[in-house]
Amino acid sequence: MANPHLLVHEHKDTVGVVVVEGLRAGADMLCVRTCDNSDFHLKAKMDIPIGHKVALVDIKKGDTIWKYGQDIGKAIADIKKGEHLHVHNVKTKRW
Amino acid sequence: MGIVANFDLVNRKLKGFKGRKIEAPAFKAPAGKRPSGRALDSFMGWRRENGRMGVRNHVVILPLDDLSNAAAEAVANNIKGTLAIPHAYGRLQFGADLDLFFRTLIGTGSNPNVAAVVVIGIEEGWTKTVVDGIAATGKPVVGFGIEGHGDISTIARASYVAKEFVQWASELPREKASITELWVSTKCGESDTTTGLSSCPTVGNMYDKLIPRGIYGVFGETSEITGAEHLCRARAIDKKTGDRWYKMWKSYQDDVIEAHKTNDLSDSQPTKGNIAGGLTTIEEKALGNLEKIGRECKYIDILEPAEAPAKGAGLYFMDTSSAAAECVTLMAAAGYVVHTFPTGQGNVIGNPIVPVIKISGNPKTLRTMPEHIDVDVTGVLKRTMTIPEAGDALIECIVRTSNGRFTANEALGHREFSLTKLYRSA
Repeated sequence: MANPHLLVHEHKDTVGVVVVEGLRAGADMLCVRTCDNSDFHLKAKMDIPIGHKVALVDIKKGDTIWKYGQDIGKAIADIKKGEHLHVHNVKTKRW
Repeated sequence: MGIVANFDLVNRKLKGFKGRKIEAPAFKAPAGKRPSGRALDSFMGWRRENGRMGVRNHVVILPLDDLSNAAAEAVANNIKGTLAIPHAYGRLQFGADLDLFFRTLIGTGSNPNVAAVVVIGIEEGWTKTVVDGIAATGKPVVGFGIEGHGDISTIARASYVAKEFVQWASELPREKASITELWVSTKCGESDTTTGLSSCPTVGNMYDKLIPRGIYGVFGETSEITGAEHLCRARAIDKKTGDRWYKMWKSYQDDVIEAHKTNDLSDSQPTKGNIAGGLTTIEEKALGNLEKIGRECKYIDILEPAEAPAKGAGLYFMDTSSAAAECVTLMAAAGYVVHTFPTGQGNVIGNPIVPVIKISGNPKTLRTMPEHIDVDVTGVLKRTMTIPEAGDALIECIVRTSNGRFTANEALGHREFSLTKLYRSA
């Protein structure tokens, strides 16, 4: 298997993690789900640093973000598929 | 250039300074002999008077209090092969905070990685409490009070004893023991999204393989389970233990977080380093953190900070801070002899008496600060290494470390010893 650009934990997840350095906007990312090694492709809409997350679907403000098949917080802005998802558009529900 | 304040001034002073790239020489040491097969079932360590196996043979010069650090460090300077463990506390503590202080100091001296201890305190009362606590293990321990003697006489008397101890300890032979006699702790730090994908599941796989064989394990970081508390509660051996765990976690939320918070904690959990590494929320961090206990293990009991496990072999939860050095210090004081430390962004932590094995899967960290990482699991992100293969690589490193190979933190001199304080002193 070619080295993936993006890893996703579970099928339910709405985000994936960039695992290569220097990912550029427009890149055709090979995405692999670690739960079963299934793969798919997704276009990065912006430059995204290694370790940072990408939205796998269009997300509306207020939507729950899913990773590890679990609730990791909520969107505080609309996020388009392929966009960078981080503290500027997602927040904890806890504190 | 790093973190710059008053940029213009700094820039003028450093005009023309471009920094210097440091090239590592090409020399690489011949690879050590890698244990395989049955050699991974045992290690060569030291059996202590109480039957426990240690993987290091330290003679510790332990100050009771901050005031005695200078004398302890002077003794360690006089007598080669000894190790002073200076710290910031030990005066005017009381109640549960004092209990924790004594438990941590006595536990540190009692750890099987320590052959013998010289305790130095400003006065003899509390010094004797620590000496008596360590003496219960059967190992050699002597205490000195400074009052009525002064530093110079105390340093001289303590140095004579330290010399006897180190010459005795240096002749103690290693003996073979089963890997099942190891007590292995875990706590991660400078986490990022790669820790939840690679280095934390590596530790989890190691526990899934070694806990059933009879080792002692421990994880903690109470605040960092927030967001995964429903999963952690369900990983208890039975409902009663899970309920006890949840009560402990909830009281931390109510008594510490709610009582003291001045903002939404977004700068502390996750930390700035976590956020730079791509972690967005405490829930996300917690879910990655919990990967350290694997898929199968159930924890059998909940420990107070620095409390030694008492329910036999298995996995324990310890109620600790998520600050790296505090947590590792508490686990070492509970008697754990090897620590496994997943890191994403590159934590550099060590401990004075327990080797800290660092595991990372972040290729940027392996490129920029490889000297700190003991187990490279970047292959997990490239899908060229499976989690079970990464777990095996960690077990191999644990055995080599237990046989005496220095970890990165030992070679680099990282000896962070940080006492947990519950409230301010009297």
